[in-house]
Amino acid sequence: MKFGIVVNEGPYQHQASDSAYQFARAALAAGHEIFRVFFYHDGVNNGTRLTVPPQDDRNIVERWSELATENELDLVLCVAAAQRRGLLDEGEAQRNGKDADNIAPGFRISGLGQLIEAAVQSDRLVTFGD
Amino acid sequence: MSEEGTIKKLMYVNRKAPYGTIYALESLEVVLIGAAFDQDVCLAFLDDGVFQLTEGQNTDGIGMKNFSKTYTALGDYEVTRIYVERESLEARGLSETDLQELTYEDEDDDWAEKPSLHIVGSDELAQLMAEQDVVFSF
Repeated sequence: MKFGIVVNEGPYQHQASDSAYQFARAALAAGHEIFRVFFYHDGVNNGTRLTVPPQDDRNIVERWSELATENELDLVLCVAAAQRRGLLDEGEAQRNGKDADNIAPGFRISGLGQLIEAAVQSDRLVTFGD
Repeated sequence: MSEEGTIKKLMYVNRKAPYGTIYALESLEVVLIGAAFDQDVCLAFLDDGVFQLTEGQNTDGIGMKNFSKTYTALGDYEVTRIYVERESLEARGLSETDLQELTYEDEDDDWAEKPSLHIVGSDELAQLMAEQDVVFSF
């Protein structure tokens, strides 16, 4: 089966990102396909490479990056939600006159159309959040 | 891999009050962008989400943008079916008269203006949800 996954909450604050990650891993292990993981609302905070969690805790952002590299996952941060919350890639930083960017490897920034496309193209869209 | 022409039944479910969190505003942004995809779209409002549609919202005192008028433009985005759960209204002391008037122009009926708002019971709403291909939850 082809899954689309939506993550609507930020890392550590809420279990949504952890659950989505575990779901994605389990789905891939069972031979399913993941069309895209779309991060919306505070979920875009899962895509910053500047998190420094305590060493004895899981690194949620790195975990997503690794999963993306290993499985060629498409991890997309909503551009409007990301800009509001200070998540910028190099291009967005330049366009908006900001002095830094902070996107973690394996993530990309794109529009809400990517969410609708994931909903239309996937067999199931699974949302993680409140 | 492209499946152009696929039309799915999409429901946007709104369950939160309009200004306490950003879910309502960002849900609306998805609906407006999603309109370009020519899908079979409807909206549902339940729980505190029914407050999103109330008439006479005024955000002057909280310094936030009042986006409530955007709902009245949904007809122009071909969003013609908006369901509000009756039980959620009643539990909050609200009725249909507390809500904004939401209409659309029916292109199949000489552009007659028709109501897009439908008050439905939870049983009917559950039935509608079961009929969808995709449920977006906000």
